[in-house]
Amino acid sequence: MAEKFREQAIIIRQEEIADDIYSMWLRTEHIAEYAKAGQFISIYCNDGSRILPRPISICEIDKADGALHLVYRVAGKGTQEFCKLHTGAQLTIVGPLGNGFPKKSQKAFIIGGGIGIPPMLQLAKELDCEKQIVLGYRDELFLVEEFKKYGSVYLATEDGSAGTEGNVLDAIRENGLSADIIYACGPMPMLRALKAYAIEHDIECWISMEERMACGIGACLACTCQSKNKDEHSNVNNKRICKEGPVFRAREVEF
Amino acid sequence: MNTSVNIAGVTFKNPVMTASGTFGSGAEYSEFVDLNRLGAVVTKGVANVPWPGNPTPRVAEVYGGMLNAIGLQNPGIDLFIERDIPFLKHYDTKIIVNVCGKTTEDYCEVVERLADQPIDMMEINISCPNVKEGGIAFGQDPKAVEAITREVKKYAKQPVIMKLSPNVTDITTMAKAAEAGGADALSLINTLTGMKIDIHRQQFALANKTGGMSGPAVHPIAVRMVYQVAQAVDLPIIGMGGIMNAEDAIEMILAGATAVSVGTANFTNQTVTTEIVDGIEEYMSRYGVDDVCELIGAVHE
Repeated sequence: MAEKFREQAIIIRQEEIADDIYSMWLRTEHIAEYAKAGQFISIYCNDGSRILPRPISICEIDKADGALHLVYRVAGKGTQEFCKLHTGAQLTIVGPLGNGFPKKSQKAFIIGGGIGIPPMLQLAKELDCEKQIVLGYRDELFLVEEFKKYGSVYLATEDGSAGTEGNVLDAIRENGLSADIIYACGPMPMLRALKAYAIEHDIECWISMEERMACGIGACLACTCQSKNKDEHSNVNNKRICKEGPVFRAREVEF
Repeated sequence: MNTSVNIAGVTFKNPVMTASGTFGSGAEYSEFVDLNRLGAVVTKGVANVPWPGNPTPRVAEVYGGMLNAIGLQNPGIDLFIERDIPFLKHYDTKIIVNVCGKTTEDYCEVVERLADQPIDMMEINISCPNVKEGGIAFGQDPKAVEAITREVKKYAKQPVIMKLSPNVTDITTMAKAAEAGGADALSLINTLTGMKIDIHRQQFALANKTGGMSGPAVHPIAVRMVYQVAQAVDLPIIGMGGIMNAEDAIEMILAGATAVSVGTANFTNQTVTTEIVDGIEEYMSRYGVDDVCELIGAVHE
């Protein structure tokens, strides 16, 4: 069984890197040591009226320093609370949670869309293969320089202000790119399109999913997604995103 | 100091249990909590066949609580017997199996299958607000409550707890009906039906539109209902609803509960159940209480 920890993490530093997008480094006792690319942590609010954890994906892992990098969007009152915290503040966190990305050696597309971009960074760092990184934004860019360290980066923006005007698939087509495996995280329409692309080109495709969660550890069955085949644990065609996921083989899930 | 309590002939090492649906069958939480320290694990509702549950989103946070509409997703009684009961038998805790169904026959089938299983009690869920058939449909009419209790009791080999809904005009009527039907104990309260609307998308927060509200905001309602039911019937009560800490648990016991179930609080703090066990002992030491049973219904005017 994978090791999970509940800890008081300390904020090393936090800054706003784009409109409502925050970059936070946390010092952890054990979680960074055990964390893998594509996993997430649960962050708990200090305000007792907010009782559910916020699942936030891991952007980078610094095992030597016992630190985790999170990049998240302020989406509600919980993340609003987190973004106001300064260096030295404490946060209760649980992790590492979920399964993370497999690491294969084929020529890869590493694809992120919007707030699905951050979880791809640690994978980009760890994969040892030819990497084509395709990042899709609405308009404002973030983390681009960080990704450039680990592969060739192609951009798509909805307003055409950087890279290809359109989405990540438009960027792939415009640049005439191809790969033998896809790793991706982003909005559902993007993941759907990538699944179709992978089937069309007969290549492997791994996607990271998200859903509203409560327990974050597989007990409450809130964050399910439909699976193609009967799941061994649930005994129905549902998988737990927090436990069997968040990373799934695209062909295994229906969305 | 005695922390053990007795419900329908079953002795629990302490009055702290897990609320059905929040704790699975204990496997996930066993990575954080020593299940041996719990009075009982009350498992997620199980039906005669696997149920896929509702579409997502299934949960939404609200001020001081949450809404859920999981829809009783469960693996069905066969896999439950094969996997979940043997898992829990590794621990020195009591096993209470929550049973759900769409029809009286469904409930009875599960109860019959459990008859020869090494479990301690059954909790019959006639109060789930999130399924179209069964669930709460049996729990909002006293005649139906009495009838299903009576039917289930015909097949049950273990003591039967009826889990009551707070979504009724007078919960004591339902409690009396369960008592008349032969229930051995009562669990209350299940969740309160609620709704949340996302004003930015102008959509329901839950795919099911409505969901059951739980969490600290419902605790005073639960305390009130436990008190009322304790006054109305002679059955032992397992009190639940928004218990977040030992103070809330003790409040519930003083109102008349013999034991308590902790649900939503597990989502906030994985180890809350054992912290409540410790907190009850600290309270007993502080106030010189030798036997936790002295606290049951001990609130006075």
